[in-house]
Amino acid sequence: MTRKTRRDTLTALLFISPWLVGLAAFTLYPLAASLYYSFTDFDVLSEPVWIGMGNYADMAGDAVFWKSLYNTLFYAAFAIPLGLVLSFLVAVLLNQTARGRSVFRTLFFLPSIVPLVAVAMIWMYVFNGGFGLLNHALGPVLIAVNAVLGTDLRPPNWMADPYLTKPTLILAGLWQIGGTVVIFLASLQDVPRSLYESAELDGAGPARRLWHITVPLVSPVIYFNLIIGIINALQFFVTPFILMPDGATDRSALMYTVYLYDNAFRYNQMGYASAMAWVMFLLIVVLTWLATKLSRRHIYYAGA
Amino acid sequence: MSTRAHDNPLGPRVVTWTLLVLGGVLLMLPFFILLSNSLKTDQEISDLSQWLPSAPQWQNYPAALDEMGFWPALSNTVVITVLCVVGQVVSSSLVGFGFARYRFRGRNTTFAVMLATMMLPAQVTMIPVFLIFRQLGWIDTFLPLIVPNLFGAPFFIFMFRQFFQQVPEELLEAARIDGAGALTIYWRLMLPLSTPVIAIVAIYTFMFTWNDFMAPLIYLNSPENRTLALALNSFNGQYGVQSRNLLMAASFVTMLPCILLFFAAQRFFIDTGASAGLKG
Repeated sequence: MTRKTRRDTLTALLFISPWLVGLAAFTLYPLAASLYYSFTDFDVLSEPVWIGMGNYADMAGDAVFWKSLYNTLFYAAFAIPLGLVLSFLVAVLLNQTARGRSVFRTLFFLPSIVPLVAVAMIWMYVFNGGFGLLNHALGPVLIAVNAVLGTDLRPPNWMADPYLTKPTLILAGLWQIGGTVVIFLASLQDVPRSLYESAELDGAGPARRLWHITVPLVSPVIYFNLIIGIINALQFFVTPFILMPDGATDRSALMYTVYLYDNAFRYNQMGYASAMAWVMFLLIVVLTWLATKLSRRHIYYAGA
Repeated sequence: MSTRAHDNPLGPRVVTWTLLVLGGVLLMLPFFILLSNSLKTDQEISDLSQWLPSAPQWQNYPAALDEMGFWPALSNTVVITVLCVVGQVVSSSLVGFGFARYRFRGRNTTFAVMLATMMLPAQVTMIPVFLIFRQLGWIDTFLPLIVPNLFGAPFFIFMFRQFFQQVPEELLEAARIDGAGALTIYWRLMLPLSTPVIAIVAIYTFMFTWNDFMAPLIYLNSPENRTLALALNSFNGQYGVQSRNLLMAASFVTMLPCILLFFAAQRFFIDTGASAGLKG
């Protein structure tokens, strides 16, 4: 090592030292500690007691754990594809218009930057079963349907009916797709126009051009948004925590992260909560790997 | 920029516009509901067929701010947010500079490790980090919310590195000949050049900290320490049912700073959206 490279190394280490310290204190040590806690019975007040696979075994027999996992996967299975398709279509529409594009872009982006807590307060009012705005709007529709079909449909209780709590959360989440829209829009603007023109000459209609040109060319961005979607969906917390405390009726909307939070900070079951966190981490890794494997054949990398 | 809109025949253009206008109206509706209800009397809220308040109840706002404990919560949130923003900008740019302008063994591996830590869900490290702060006696103080921002964040470090790599070496060489040390180069030359990145990092840190709910929920207990998000949540718990108009007013003022910042700095929001997409 020459003197210059040694000095460079030292200077570099000094500059990156904040991150190195943070890595040790807020990532590496906590990772090791949380893995250790996951094998212990730990109520914070007394020392952790080693119980081996106890927490993981408990988890296997904990109906609430399975319910929260099911709810979260259910949410992810609908919220991710719906969000991707909708935000992609919105981006395509935005890309079609030259005039007014920036105004529309602003309108679609704005919902995704406001605090979730404040947004939840609006949803409480909209989805309320008794005096909610959505049911108010549905009222006349249901009366008409009942009159014609002779049925007896009533306005649903969005935030309490166990069949509707998860769809309500999915619906509410779709309001905030703006970030994904903007990412898609940026990538759509990079698709060369000449491709569309030659396809048009060959007689391809708008739908075929969309499916055979646009979708393959922005496929890396679809993949990127899919991965982000998986990570975010599994960590879904604020909206269910506020809108449906304790998961509403029959814990039908109890999300994984909310149950994890409850275990850690309400029941002081730090060991159990740590084990849950590791299961969640593994789940994210597996789902990401699966998404990567399944989509690899379909992703088009220009120049790669 | 795009001439396609004008090439398109009228039919599809009308469809596109109709869909966008409908979508835009639908997306703005919750904001409208919020604003309109915040100015109604509580009886008027119950009458769902009434779109607008018959007479705007401006006094809802001072009443809501008062009951929610808005001003202390605002000052807590501002203190926390400002310190997080400054800490994040300084630390991320320092680390980004180190990665961008110096060669050392294992640099690429270290950088890859850093990017990989982005995949780690916060829940995995949350409990031990909580216990560390508890051990330090920092529960119910702002420190657990601020201190983690002093060590750089992978995505921001990444953005600073990308930017610093593009600065021509001659510029640094000239500064070195003038006798400037590494810190001087970073502080006097690189940092002033990187204002666009600083703006993005500052805006995103602001948004994240301002909107954050989980960390304040875990760390802050006493009412006088509450951030706006927490204050709004407990306001809902206490008065949400009987005074929905005040709840709506309180929600609106909690959102307002984000909306204002968004309009003031829209360019940066959209640009970051674009650069996040390029990464994929």
